[in-house]
Amino acid sequence: MATATATKDKSVLWDWLTTVDHKKLAVLYLIAGTLFFVKAGMMALFMRIQLMSAENDFLTGQTFNELITMHGTIMLFLAATPLIFAFMNFVIPLQIGARDVAFPFVNALGFWIFFFGGLLLSVSWFFGGGPDAGWTAYVPLSSGEYADLGLDFYVLGLQVSGIGTLVSAINFIVTIINMRAPGMTMMRMPLFCWTGLVVSILIVFAFTPLAAGLALLMLDRIFGGQFFIPDMGGNAVLWQHIFWIFGHPEVYILVLPAFGIISEVIPAFSRKRLFGYTAMVFATLVIAFLGFMVWVHHMFTVGLGPITNSVFAIATMGIAVPTGIKIFNWLFTMWGGKITFNTAMLCASSFVPTFVLGGVTGVMLAMVPVDYLYHDTYFVVAHFHYIIIGGIVLGLLAGTYYWYPKMFGHKLNEKLGILMFWLFYIGFHMTFFIQHILGLIGMPRRVYTYLEGQGMETMNLVSSIGSFVMGAAILVLVINVVYSAFNSERITVNDPWDARTLEWSTPTPIPEYNFAQTPQVRSLDPWFYEKVHGDGTMKPAEPMTDIHMPNGSILPFVIGLGLFTWGFGMVMMNMENTIVPPFLVIGTGVILTFGSMLIRSIKEDHGYHIPLEQVKKIEKEVS
Amino acid sequence: MSDDLSKPFTKSSMSEEEIMKINKERKIQVTSFAFMIFLTILAFIAVATETIEVGFAIPFILLLAVVQFFLQMYYFMHLKDKDHGWPNAFIISGVVLSTPALIALILLLGVTKY
Repeated sequence: MATATATKDKSVLWDWLTTVDHKKLAVLYLIAGTLFFVKAGMMALFMRIQLMSAENDFLTGQTFNELITMHGTIMLFLAATPLIFAFMNFVIPLQIGARDVAFPFVNALGFWIFFFGGLLLSVSWFFGGGPDAGWTAYVPLSSGEYADLGLDFYVLGLQVSGIGTLVSAINFIVTIINMRAPGMTMMRMPLFCWTGLVVSILIVFAFTPLAAGLALLMLDRIFGGQFFIPDMGGNAVLWQHIFWIFGHPEVYILVLPAFGIISEVIPAFSRKRLFGYTAMVFATLVIAFLGFMVWVHHMFTVGLGPITNSVFAIATMGIAVPTGIKIFNWLFTMWGGKITFNTAMLCASSFVPTFVLGGVTGVMLAMVPVDYLYHDTYFVVAHFHYIIIGGIVLGLLAGTYYWYPKMFGHKLNEKLGILMFWLFYIGFHMTFFIQHILGLIGMPRRVYTYLEGQGMETMNLVSSIGSFVMGAAILVLVINVVYSAFNSERITVNDPWDARTLEWSTPTPIPEYNFAQTPQVRSLDPWFYEKVHGDGTMKPAEPMTDIHMPNGSILPFVIGLGLFTWGFGMVMMNMENTIVPPFLVIGTGVILTFGSMLIRSIKEDHGYHIPLEQVKKIEKEVS
Repeated sequence: MSDDLSKPFTKSSMSEEEIMKINKERKIQVTSFAFMIFLTILAFIAVATETIEVGFAIPFILLLAVVQFFLQMYYFMHLKDKDHGWPNAFIISGVVLSTPALIALILLLGVTKY
């Protein structure tokens, strides 16, 4: 990445700690998300080793419970979400023709708060073991009576990282609504921006109930509250409602950006515009809306009565309609196109059938009577892994290969990429397809072992072997990243894929300010339009002048650290024999957090200007 | 350029028309605030004095609540304003999304507690 003026005289570490540049934050998100992803993936491998044979004793039941909880929690909150934010951060400002997000400082704040929240959750391993009540943390299993210190880390870690996610989402809403380049109307926005906007809205509406629920659980656990304790007049089902009012939209929060990535990659490599753009936008909105109306389908077996169940069952099946619209639009985009099957396109196109498989089992699960059979079996596990891996992870892989040249200035190796894809694809189906059948013959989920002679040994063995193949695929990806960093050819052209959207009109590497002159957008797929109907460059919408840039700041890091300390202090209230009194730690955290906010409020910071000559010099260098 | 940003302004940069508009807006806000206080007192009297029977008092105060809700939304959250489309869209979708959740929770929570 090209670095201009103000960042030049900083050391590398200080630069990355204080950066407010959306492109650098994207890389930070990418690294943090990948680390958490690998960590949770290792947990999955351990669990598959444990389940490889009947009555295995590789792990104890307690460790297994901790692993399933951490695997689910980390994958959803600390791996998938930041990886999606990585691409949103990098791509959205470029795609709408903006110099940065609306609030660069808040963007950095969002990252550091998320990161320290994840760290708070992760340190639970060093204080008596991770949370062990499943990623849903149902009470009473997660109440003070049954769950240990790990769950306090879960509650506070998620609370903190949730604040980070919420803050970033608000930032993206403001960015997309206010920072679009001239001519970039809402209905000319690339679909990834649309899904980014919708997802940010979903986060605002879904993470707030989660924050409320976690606060109640925290009051129960740390301050002796009784919201969820039936003996004291509380209501255990309330937690399930609150959790799933958040939890179901969360699924769409993760999968909609993947839809967006797919909708970028497929047109680019089919050499056609996206089929049914308007229908795609409205399908996204309808999915988002319906996503809030279906949470009870996670609770069919709670006993809310047939009428309630039927209403939510029908609403759930309704989601299949807009999703079907999307599936067909992708198929029609590829139909008759000149398709290039590179790694990104392989991931994107194979996403479609895999996601259909997951969607079909979703509709099967939506039928209440049979859900009583499927509930809490491996069928459910297979279903949501088809959505999450077949949908989200394939989408993220496609996005990685597609945007990698823009992010890092060189492509990933194609041969290794294709090897990774096939290993991953075969391994994935081997692991999870067979789990449908395991579920149907009655293997319950979340058990750490099973008995011999029930016909489950072979299928579990196949599933475990599949997971190793999938692990090998990720290893190949890591090797690819390292190999390509040293051996891959540097990209000097703007547009290595001959793609369609605005981010490919920027020079590689991208200067700090993205666009020397804000581009004038004249059509959907503006870059493609200029290549075909224009002279192959974006028309500027403003004269070249000094560019106003935000100053970097260490305060987001300090606020994140403060919230971490504060959260840790809260957990300490449940610890025995603490070396320092908890209130001291809480106090330090509060002072760090609010002190930084105070400094931010009273210290004037208007940013700096990159003078015109410097802009001209940088532009000459990169073109 | 950015150096002048911290200096206070000596004179308002608003035109006469804008100042008039703001004054009018202030008047409307005060009026609706007074009206809302009045509605609150009415609701309080309806419940506290026991002059009205319970069967009527409950729908009555619920009606007052609905009126208050719209006053709050339109006059204090500026839903009535022009060029306010995006905030309106967000507030309305928030209401639309949270209403079924609230109703469902009220109706469902009594059924099963554990």
